[in-house]
Amino acid sequence: MNLLSDVLDFFLTAQSWTGDDGLLIRTVDHLALSLFATMVAVALALPPAVWLGHRRRGAFLAVALVNVGRAVPSFGIVALALPISLRLGLGLGFWPTFVALVALAMPPVFTNTYSGIREVDPAIVEAAAGMGMTDVQVLRTTELPLATPVIWTAVRVSTVQVIATATLGAVIGWGGLGRYLIDGFAQGNDVWVLAGGIMVAALALLADAAFTVAERWVLPRGLSSRDRSEVETVAV
Amino acid sequence: MILAQTEGRPLVRWDWIFDHLDDIWARTLEHVTLTGIALIFGFAISLGLSLLAIRYRRTYSPITWVAGLLYTIPSLALFAFLVPFTGLSLLTAEIGLVSYTLLILIRNIVAGIDGVSPAVLEAAFGMGYTSRRAFWDVQMPLAVPVIVAGLRVASVTTVGLVTVTSLIGQGGYGAFILRGLRRDFPTEILVGTVLSVLLAVVFDLLFLQIERRTAPWAHRRVV
Repeated sequence: MNLLSDVLDFFLTAQSWTGDDGLLIRTVDHLALSLFATMVAVALALPPAVWLGHRRRGAFLAVALVNVGRAVPSFGIVALALPISLRLGLGLGFWPTFVALVALAMPPVFTNTYSGIREVDPAIVEAAAGMGMTDVQVLRTTELPLATPVIWTAVRVSTVQVIATATLGAVIGWGGLGRYLIDGFAQGNDVWVLAGGIMVAALALLADAAFTVAERWVLPRGLSSRDRSEVETVAV
Repeated sequence: MILAQTEGRPLVRWDWIFDHLDDIWARTLEHVTLTGIALIFGFAISLGLSLLAIRYRRTYSPITWVAGLLYTIPSLALFAFLVPFTGLSLLTAEIGLVSYTLLILIRNIVAGIDGVSPAVLEAAFGMGYTSRRAFWDVQMPLAVPVIVAGLRVASVTTVGLVTVTSLIGQGGYGAFILRGLRRDFPTEILVGTVLSVLLAVVFDLLFLQIERRTAPWAHRRVV
């Protein structure tokens, strides 16, 4: 196949990798923004979710958030971020992409963390309290460790979703790997389209695998992570 | 909120909406069609694969592994793989959209059928049902609530994904979003986004109604 050998050539040519619009910088940009956005989303969504889960309040919020998160098209959020950012004087590219990604990553992190804490067997929590643990101790030594698998899966799924959605940043003037796709579609350049698709897919699958491998060190012994289908996600 | 006026330009121009009702209707039909085709083919393929997985248990893992892989690949990347071969076409969009429904639907179909109480099945056999009849007349109907729950999630997800297909020349409401972006005209972006959310809600309620009609005994489930 001619196209496939062209794509292979593209990957094997040094110039494709170097420079300001090369594969290397775009991959690093893509990954860095995705990880940064996910971290900010986790930092914002985790504490209230943990606390509400511990207090066993706010179930309505958790359900509503995940439903809204699923129904709102991520493309719409990314697109809306641009005019808002322009009117706030933040320009195009980085900021609107970043804000949209954080907004999209927060609902699944919140809901899964919440249900992870909430689903801890009440008998265990009661036993912990019965041993004389304080509220904070119960949360820290009992509920949080037992909820880690669900939280970790949520973070993994969110990261993969954010990497996927970051591709759309190219539509609103950001760089990243989406550039190859958007420019390739626009100019009918199948080599860019295919090369970009391969890079984005590889990045998403590698991130997914990295989280699965890291599980061993992150999760308390004896607990394993949940399946992706059991985790509430947003569409990309 | 978003409606704030800056630089003298409102973010929502209501007159544009009223001037473009024809356009909005045409895009509504396109969005519903794109979603509908994806759900029909997605469900047919999922049902086939689920039956295979139920009959031959060993195939369940590899089937869900592949479906999970498709689910993990970003939609734009999946479209990118297809565009060089199938072009900026409806077929490209549908292959991508169908791929994303598989994991959710297969899981729910298999879980729904597995969830049928063995005692009920036992009773059916005791009454002389063949295993084929028991499957279609007992297990399948009892699995409806779980299967429909899967269809609800799949439909809402698909409605959102359809907007992305505007980048490959399809898109339904996504076409408004893309055009609004290109012209820096927020009204169009908002119209596309809000209508997509509303359509997702409509699909959700539709399947909820279907569930109530076909499985009236089931409790209303909050998913």
